Amino acid sequence: MIRSELLKTLYPILEKHFVVCNIGLPSQELHQLGDRENFFYMLGTMGLSSSIGFGLALSQPQTIVAIDGDGSVLTNLGTLATIGNNTADNYVLFIVDNGSYGSTGDQPTYAGGNTSLADVARACGCENVVECQDTEGRAALQAAIDSKQKTVIVCKCESGNIKLPVIDTDPVVIRHRFMAALAAANA
Amino acid sequence: MSISDKLVNDLVANQIEFVTTVPCKQLGGVIEGVDKHDAIQHVPCNKEDEGIGLCAGAWMGGKRPAIIMQNTAIGVTVNTLVTLTQFYRMPLPMLISYRGELREPVSCQVEMAVHTKALLDQLLIPTYHFHQESDAAEFDTILKYCFMSKKPVAILTDANFWGGY
Ligand SMILES: Cc1ncc(C[n+]2csc(CCOP(=O)(O)OP(=O)(O)O)c2C)c(N)n1
Ligand SMILES: [Mg+2]
Repeated sequence: MIRSELLKTLYPILEKHFVVCNIGLPSQELHQLGDRENFFYMLGTMGLSSSIGFGLALSQPQTIVAIDGDGSVLTNLGTLATIGNNTADNYVLFIVDNGSYGSTGDQPTYAGGNTSLADVARACGCENVVECQDTEGRAALQAAIDSKQKTVIVCKCESGNIKLPVIDTDPVVIRHRFMAALAAANA
Repeated sequence: MSISDKLVNDLVANQIEFVTTVPCKQLGGVIEGVDKHDAIQHVPCNKEDEGIGLCAGAWMGGKRPAIIMQNTAIGVTVNTLVTLTQFYRMPLPMLISYRGELREPVSCQVEMAVHTKALLDQLLIPTYHFHQESDAAEFDTILKYCFMSKKPVAILTDANFWGGY
């Protein structure tokens, strides 16, 4: 399956959790599946989904799922060392590894070549690293959340995109309602 | 009290509980103070744009953040400052060592120093330059201003401020 199909399988889990979603099509796909205040869509800033999610996980107790892409993790590889060296057992990093820069037209990434992001994550000190195929993504995500242990999932899927409109919700609205929902959950 | 201790105390007095850092020699004392203080969670980052991402998350999670970095990092954080911190309207105090100013021994540092204020100005980032030790008296007020305005704010601290290199 391609990323949009994979996200569709994850949606029943994602809708119940606080999610930070990667720039471009992944956010547009999640938004299209059902816009929610507990979703923080990145409208720019390639590479920082894992970091924003990790800051959230470090600062409060709700489970945080960061959905990232292989290209974006490659551009911010240091994030895996930060994740590997700090404790946040309410954190799940779900890397959609389609082996390409999807949003910009599926140019190949090195993760689709000789580079294993799962091995990099392990080498960075991440203890719970799960590599799986698209059909196993949903079970892997649920298991990671239930384990209450910091987990990095590298989920392989096919390259390919569907056509979707950009998100035109004001960024301050996205951020404000996300914060309000999170504060209410923690109250 | 040392100047580093004063700065750390001001962070704590302003409920800053999450600090990320990439070291600079001049900032060694503050970073050590941040690391030791029980009220502050210190999460070192590997690159300053990553650190700004962590700070964005921490703030949305309910903890006031700050980043401590060198002015050379302005060169790696422009996109993040504008598309994340400013676009989503988030506060971020940036305590910055202003390398390449008077009393700087390393010539290469001057190359970023000459661009530092121009870049911050172009980004419309409120900027304060600490040159004398007494300038630190304003740090507390600057922190309050930062969280009131929900903007990134730069505090440039040069070699003279730190009492020479
Ligand atoms: C600094 C920067 N460089 C390039 C881009 C263009 N860009 C936006 S999304 C993207 C692809 C991200 O790929 P990946 O993280 O693998 O996600 P995918 O779309 O494949 O799911 C790129 C290159 C950008 N937004 N910012
Ligand atoms: Mg990709």
